[in-house]
Amino acid sequence: MNITLNGKQKDLPSASTLTQLLTSLGLPAETLVIELNALIIQPDSYSETTLSEGDRVEIIRFVGGG
Amino acid sequence: MLIIAGTEFRSRLFLGTGKFSSSTVMAEAIDASGCQMVTVALRRVDLQNPDDDIMKALSQRNYTFLPNTSGARDAEEAIRLAHLARAASGSNWLKLEVTPDPRTLLPDPIETLRATVTLVKEGFIVLPYMNADPILALKLQDAGAAAVMPLGSPIGTNQGILTDFQIAIIIEQARVPVVVDAGIGAPSHAAYAMEMGADAVLVNTAISVAGNPVAMATAFAKAVEAGRTAFEAGLGQRSKQASASSPETGKLSANLDFLS
Repeated sequence: MNITLNGKQKDLPSASTLTQLLTSLGLPAETLVIELNALIIQPDSYSETTLSEGDRVEIIRFVGGG
Repeated sequence: MLIIAGTEFRSRLFLGTGKFSSSTVMAEAIDASGCQMVTVALRRVDLQNPDDDIMKALSQRNYTFLPNTSGARDAEEAIRLAHLARAASGSNWLKLEVTPDPRTLLPDPIETLRATVTLVKEGFIVLPYMNADPILALKLQDAGAAAVMPLGSPIGTNQGILTDFQIAIIIEQARVPVVVDAGIGAPSHAAYAMEMGADAVLVNTAISVAGNPVAMATAFAKAVEAGRTAFEAGLGQRSKQASASSPETGKLSANLDFLS
């Protein structure tokens, strides 16, 4: 299935969870925020949040800024 | 002691964390500055560099994190970023920044005020970045801003305090701390803002792009302290008329008559 991840198309196995997505990207869950279709998902829900075709996922973190 | 929203700050220098050459230099500069408040921004994770995480360098230290809403072009985008910042930081501190024009990066006063009203109601500690407009400063503090952050000059320009006449009025009228933000390019600019009675200054570019950012952070710390001490000591009045520093009485006479 295809999702939009940080503005780009990404092919994922069907019914992937957010935890599986983070693992496949090599990203630790700490210090990240995830928006799924413009709603913030709490970290304790990542393992039970299943992605669907066409979902828009944003993975965001702090960077240097003034 | 500076107090913002009930939190005490011994240092009146706040640092931005952008544009440093490395996380190590950034952390050393922050330590050298003695600052207790640092700003950070939110961006999409660079999926090609999953380990590039600024919080690794910052999280061991005991700063107040002030996430900004940089990139927001209107109140709605700023509010969305504020929610993400709260989720990422676990705190309500927020530097509200709404800059619709990428060329000037000047803040939108109407959208900033609108977002302040909403975010204060949602429990955020809002420190709005604003143009140096005394009326807007009053409206923002009436809306519940925890401090106001007027610009000295546009972001990243290193032009110094070009807005001193308006900033003086903002300071005179403020019931919340005034943090001069943006455009401070040299320690003398920071000292000047502090001498005027600003409660703090926020500096980023001048330190991060300096030849030696750690030494520059030290210089800014000294300047901020000097400026604050001078303000508390009470500066003398400016005058157009000269006034001798040496005594006017008891001058020598005879061939030194020209001294009288």
